[in-house]
Amino acid sequence: MQNVRVIPCLDIDEGRVVKGTNFLSLRDAGDPVELAKFYDEQGADEVVFLDITASSGNRSTVLALIERAANEVFIPLTVGGGIRSVADARTLLRAGADKVSLNTAALGNPRLISDIAQEFGVQCVVLAIDCKWTGSSYEVYSHGGRRATGIELGSWATIGERLGAGEILLTSMDRDGTKAGYDGLALEVVSDATTVPIIASGGVGELDHFVLGAMVEGVTGLLAASVFHFGTFTIADVKRYLEFSDVQVRPISLAGN
Amino acid sequence: MRIAVLDYGIGNLASVAKGLVAVGASVDLVTSGASVTNYDGIVLPGVGSFGACARAMRSCGFDDTVYKSVEVGIPTLGVCVGLQLLYEGSDESPAEPGLGIFGGRVRRIEQGTLRVPHMQWNQLEFTDIGAISPLFKGLGSSPWMYFVHSYAVESGPETLATCNYGEDFVAAAGSQNLYATQFHPEKSSREGLMILENFLGIVATA
Repeated sequence: MQNVRVIPCLDIDEGRVVKGTNFLSLRDAGDPVELAKFYDEQGADEVVFLDITASSGNRSTVLALIERAANEVFIPLTVGGGIRSVADARTLLRAGADKVSLNTAALGNPRLISDIAQEFGVQCVVLAIDCKWTGSSYEVYSHGGRRATGIELGSWATIGERLGAGEILLTSMDRDGTKAGYDGLALEVVSDATTVPIIASGGVGELDHFVLGAMVEGVTGLLAASVFHFGTFTIADVKRYLEFSDVQVRPISLAGN
Repeated sequence: MRIAVLDYGIGNLASVAKGLVAVGASVDLVTSGASVTNYDGIVLPGVGSFGACARAMRSCGFDDTVYKSVEVGIPTLGVCVGLQLLYEGSDESPAEPGLGIFGGRVRRIEQGTLRVPHMQWNQLEFTDIGAISPLFKGLGSSPWMYFVHSYAVESGPETLATCNYGEDFVAAAGSQNLYATQFHPEKSSREGLMILENFLGIVATA
């Protein structure tokens, strides 16, 4: 049966979680590995590390981090940020990432998607798309949302899947940080354009938002960052609420604790 | 107890090794069939396409490693494509045969409205022989495991557990000391690690 994954996302700069969290139970809440273990115990289904380190010279910090995570965290780990070549992907996968997430580099060189998929399989290629409503359609943005590409969302999603993306992570820039909920219309555009699993991202502020995201056909992952990091909801809160709303999840009673 | 993880150079094979280490195994990533000697247990991982895995496995000489370990009774565990390789072949790469230890063919998951790859946690349903298999000792009656695959095998006499995603398919298979899972125990949190621990238990008593 198709069910839905709850996925916390950690923004990481120089090996540390951006916007330090305030979980008193953790020895070091700024350590991505500690936090990922914490979410695993709470019942998170996957975890995403997004490396936002500006300088590309610090890849060794990230690699050491992923190696440590792979030794201690036993749920799937997706790593995004700064992956520009097959060699970058290989290094991250070898270090212990299960999937790599491509964004700007794939827009500049779409063949990167097929090259990575051919070598490692479609299951480890996540195409991350940032989009924004133009008034008549959704436009894809690159460079962390700073640059408009002129590419329409649905067509990029279709191309991405055809090239070998095994999953699409859609972030609505209109909703990100607003707590107004996922962008259902943008998710539907991607849903209509693809047959691979979709992860919804950007805008969660209330428990109902998770349910609304899960109701879009094809959305099998619900990603959030700040509501988890700031303790607005626990993973368990979200899963119980989804179950209560008849959305299939891996139940919390059997997960982790 | 020494476990050899057969490393034929494709994808993330380190994860399963790390899972085994976490439950107390001493693990070597071995890169050729010739160097697989004196191991107590063998793990055949696999991610990506069936054909690429089958080719790489053969070029490393691991086809003979698996045949021999099955013959001698060395506990062996296939994971994901490592399960699929034990069957006759796959529609994903028709030109490349599998090991043919189990009868049956790997086919693409019927799509319908479901998203493919099947990339999510899902519940196992044990067969009669699966319910008493030492591989699943201590797990509940229908534990949740993490799957990621686009191809799967239809149930057969060696099936230990099935899973449903649009249709039923083999989630775990086994015969004597040969075991295999379509899901990733090393990515299935505590209950997944229990399966790896159970495999070590099988190795210890073999």
